[in-house]
Amino acid sequence: MTLRKTILATSALTVIAGAAVAEMANDMTLVSWGGAYQNSQQKAYVEPYLEAHPEVSATWDESSAEAVAKLRAMNEAGNITWDLVDVVAADAIRLCDEGLAMEYDPEELLAEGEDGSSAEDDFGDLIVSDCFIPQIVYSTTFGYRTDMVPEGVEAPNDICDVFDLETYPGKRSLEKRPINNMEWALLCDGVAKEDVYDVLETDEGQEQALAKLDTIKDSVIWWSAGADTPQLLADGEVFMGSTYNGRLFSVIEEQDQPVGMMWDAQVFDLDGWIIPAGLPEDRLERVKDFVKFATDTQRLADQAAYISYGPARKSSAPLVGQHAELGIDMGPHMPTDPDNAANTFVYNYDFWADYRDDIDAKFQAWLTQ
Amino acid sequence: MTSTTDTNVPLEGPTPDDGLRAAEQSGPMLAADGTPLKRSLAKALRREKMRALMLIAPLLLFVLITFIAPIGDMLLRSVRNDIVSNTLPETVEQLASWDSTQQELPDEDTWTALYIDLVLAEEQKLHTRLGSRLNYELTGASSLFRKTGRAVGRFDTDVYTDQFTELDESWENAATWVNMFSESDVADALPLTARTWERWADYLESEGDVPAEEDVEDFLFTALYKDLTREGVDVSGLSDRLQQAAAAVPEFETVSLVEQFEDADEDWLDPAIMQTIQTYSPRYTSGYFLNAVDAQLTADGVSARPENERIYGILFKRTIFMSLTITLSCIILGYPVAWILANLPTRSANLLMILVLLPFWTSLLVRTSAWKVMLQQQGVINDTLVWLGLVADDARLVMINNQFGTIVAMTHILLPFMILPMYSVMQTIPPSYLRAAKSLGATNWTAFWRVYFPQSVPGIGAGSILVFILSIGYYITPEIVGGTTGTFISNRIAYHISSSLNWGLAAALGTILLAVVLILYWAYDKIVGIDNVKLG
Repeated sequence: MTLRKTILATSALTVIAGAAVAEMANDMTLVSWGGAYQNSQQKAYVEPYLEAHPEVSATWDESSAEAVAKLRAMNEAGNITWDLVDVVAADAIRLCDEGLAMEYDPEELLAEGEDGSSAEDDFGDLIVSDCFIPQIVYSTTFGYRTDMVPEGVEAPNDICDVFDLETYPGKRSLEKRPINNMEWALLCDGVAKEDVYDVLETDEGQEQALAKLDTIKDSVIWWSAGADTPQLLADGEVFMGSTYNGRLFSVIEEQDQPVGMMWDAQVFDLDGWIIPAGLPEDRLERVKDFVKFATDTQRLADQAAYISYGPARKSSAPLVGQHAELGIDMGPHMPTDPDNAANTFVYNYDFWADYRDDIDAKFQAWLTQ
Repeated sequence: MTSTTDTNVPLEGPTPDDGLRAAEQSGPMLAADGTPLKRSLAKALRREKMRALMLIAPLLLFVLITFIAPIGDMLLRSVRNDIVSNTLPETVEQLASWDSTQQELPDEDTWTALYIDLVLAEEQKLHTRLGSRLNYELTGASSLFRKTGRAVGRFDTDVYTDQFTELDESWENAATWVNMFSESDVADALPLTARTWERWADYLESEGDVPAEEDVEDFLFTALYKDLTREGVDVSGLSDRLQQAAAAVPEFETVSLVEQFEDADEDWLDPAIMQTIQTYSPRYTSGYFLNAVDAQLTADGVSARPENERIYGILFKRTIFMSLTITLSCIILGYPVAWILANLPTRSANLLMILVLLPFWTSLLVRTSAWKVMLQQQGVINDTLVWLGLVADDARLVMINNQFGTIVAMTHILLPFMILPMYSVMQTIPPSYLRAAKSLGATNWTAFWRVYFPQSVPGIGAGSILVFILSIGYYITPEIVGGTTGTFISNRIAYHISSSLNWGLAAALGTILLAVVLILYWAYDKIVGIDNVKLG
């Protein structure tokens, strides 16, 4: 490159950067979950973005677990210090309901799919709330200790094996909340999949689910953090337990533990960004610019190289490649892979938004008694 | 008065008694400058107090602003309930006269009020917030409000808009409305429309819009129609446009708003939702407190919650019982340690003290997780027991995820808070007392129990208060090692703060917990006496 070209290129860059500086803030505070998931976001979109925009700096805050409460407190104090917050879809809906998250127009904010489809089509039904910008599809499913399967018995491959203490004796770990557990209980108590929520709406249905859970209650260790089940499995404390599929992937593939994956009746859930309501103009512009980049087809596909969660865009699926360090194909480890997704549930956001308080009260009372 | 220092004539000089005598004879005692001594003394004291206050003022302000005020605000949330009447003011007013026990739906006026309130709430994105609030009381309210919020802008009330603009096109023009309500007699004749217009205009202005330039929405025409068809409406003396409209409205085609709500969601036909709005319409409610004691506020009054939803009574009892157990085990384990510390030579005592303090320098999570490793079924203790042959491999002890685990882990974590006050009190007990007791013939036990122990009680008192109050509010350790039987009330408070967002209920639970602690503290003061507590 000649000197003249370099000068030209540099001045052109400066002009672009200068224009950007005029209206965009240069600091972003991103909120996420920490751990491997945040790392995948850092590698797949934050680092490339910062490389393209050297003037920008990004700070992480690992507060996603308390994001709803903290955002509400910030909003009441009138001082929003976060620019972009990673939350699960159910929380995004609540934040939207509370007026704490910004509503957005997918066509305007999000990039077109690489295959030319509009953002709205590309994300499809996954935009479950006017405020929710989907990133990944994850699932809550079961892992089991392969070395604890009794001899002469097939490894568990049916959700109802969780409730079968005779064939598969041993402890289970389940999440300490009604969501998912109630559905699985009904499913294994003879309720057809399509009727589960109709049954769960009624008092009798809720009692039926709790009665089914009662049959294994003494063998259950209840978890509240995503890291609990992988730890319990690695220690041999439980035979099988539910957790997020990405956590199981890392127990199995990265830590090489004798753990197997059971995809039956896995429950799909979504995770994504929300932009807090009431951001000042300059910070909003920066966040919009970042989000457009971070949720484009390539970036979402890149993320799958670091963690086994499915990209939320349809157009990203064909671009999913190999794990960045292990070099294994990530496709078969995605919850959305056809082999894994033979029997799935989708988190019923509307149902749980309504029934969460009520069923949770009953569930907790049941746990306590 | 002239003073004299001549010691030869002592009887003639002033003595302190003179003052008293003078006071008896001639009013108040005077200070040197002639003001009454009492006042002058009070003044000096006041100045002293002011100076002391000034010295602590920064701290006092700091505590008030960062501690008392936020806590007060949080506790107030346990009764505050203005969201319903702020979001649905017209509906609340209409519902005030509705008899909810009749199991009949309220009248059309109420539905109109609800429609107007909801359109305005939807514009400001407040309806879903209200839905979440009501969902704590009535399952389904959340999606009912979200769904209706989407539908309410498309209600068939444009019928009124069309009919009014057909009469006179200028109705369509927002400037007409601005002018109309600048006259006070119009507002008197059309109260609902005036109030609605004012809320709408306020909202537009807060958004930085100019009301005169916006479209006139359907709900404004609905309000106008309601006002003009109200019995006894008097538009005489008002503008021709209004008089013409008043004459025409009886012939208007109408829309039933209750049907519109039914179309949006059939759940509106269940009187339960209106009953709930009515029950929770006051600005202050006892609902959260009732929830916190396993009761509920319904249209028929206060009732106990169904058996399968009662949880807080159990949790409160458990929290207090376990906190007492933890305090007791801290006393039992801490007393001998404090005794040894107090009776060793300084050099070895300091070394031991470091061991006592060491846990303070380790993260709480690390300590709790360490107990997990120790106590779990495949953990260190069970492995050792199995290896020794004391426990069969398939009958390993369950020592964690239950009350036992919580008590063990919390006793360990809180032990230093017991040992330190005990130690500092024991240090002040002279060893000669024990020797004296023994030399007078007391046995070891009598000497300890009759002489030493009573003097160490203030240390036990201080340690117990510290440990008990700390443990009653603990939640991280019970969450990690408590399973289902070892969790505390604070775990539910944390859940309501961070997950369910039911801050009112969390505040009510917190207030009750605070009250329980204060009552116990008061009882402690009555029985033991708080003056007997010493930290050193």
